[in-house]
Amino acid sequence: MTLAEVKALLSAEVICGKDKLNLPIKSVCAGDLLSDLLAFSHNKTLLLTGLNNAQVIRTAEIIDLAAIIFVRGKRPHSDMVELAEEKGIPLLVTRLPLYESCGILYCAGLREEKPHKGF
Amino acid sequence: MKGVSCLFQEPEVTSDFKNCENKNETGAESPFEHKVTLEFAVEGKNFRAAGEASSRLKHTLQHIGFPAPLVRRVAVAAYEAEMNIIIHANRGTLKAEITPKTVTIWAEDEGPGIPDIELAMQEGYSTAPDYIREMGFGAGMGLPNIKKCSDILEIETVIGAGTRLKMVIFNKTGPEREK
Repeated sequence: MTLAEVKALLSAEVICGKDKLNLPIKSVCAGDLLSDLLAFSHNKTLLLTGLNNAQVIRTAEIIDLAAIIFVRGKRPHSDMVELAEEKGIPLLVTRLPLYESCGILYCAGLREEKPHKGF
Repeated sequence: MKGVSCLFQEPEVTSDFKNCENKNETGAESPFEHKVTLEFAVEGKNFRAAGEASSRLKHTLQHIGFPAPLVRRVAVAAYEAEMNIIIHANRGTLKAEITPKTVTIWAEDEGPGIPDIELAMQEGYSTAPDYIREMGFGAGMGLPNIKKCSDILEIETVIGAGTRLKMVIFNKTGPEREK
């Protein structure tokens, strides 16, 4: 599935990274705890989050996440968008809540990441 | 730094570490023989710049051509250590020494120190205030994550003075320039 297909499924709006909509999305993670993402997520995973601050972008850059979708219509601030553009991370916003967003992507065949087997 | 210190070390890794001290023993030509050192100042409570030092360290490793899993371990360990300085300390430094076989990171700060290292190493234990938790940190995963990413972790801390972390991460495959 591409990021464009994810965008369509969640009726999401692209805030930045329009040129990266053909990015393949193979796994998804969801949550608001950045240390958990740092510990357990994989490279090139899509993140769904309700957390709306610059550390989300920083964390995504450190662990090479594919893209970030903010749920429940939370729009990133301009300094976050600037940072994401600089780091080349696409940002999207969906009006759907986290649980529903996850459910839609799961039903469409996207699965969670496989458990991390350590470093 | 005097005070409480704690050492987390995997015994089998120690011998690797000793071996790589003699890295030029074989005389084999390596594409990356010199040491690279980096040093960044980290300002306490400056959340705007939080992560920039680790990001630059990560890009340096990528530029040299280290394999992705090593880059990730270094980046995560450095980022958690950098966040710890920003969250808990007044100021500090993040230093890294990069050689073909090891990356060593030192995170030193002037701050409150860690009263109980054993407790701080437990997943879920945190002294971070609520506003830090609202940012997605302060869940008591910082030091455990650092330990998970590092082959050797040393912590020295003095209450009321500061903390020094030394993290050593081994490159098990060697740099891959062509990547």
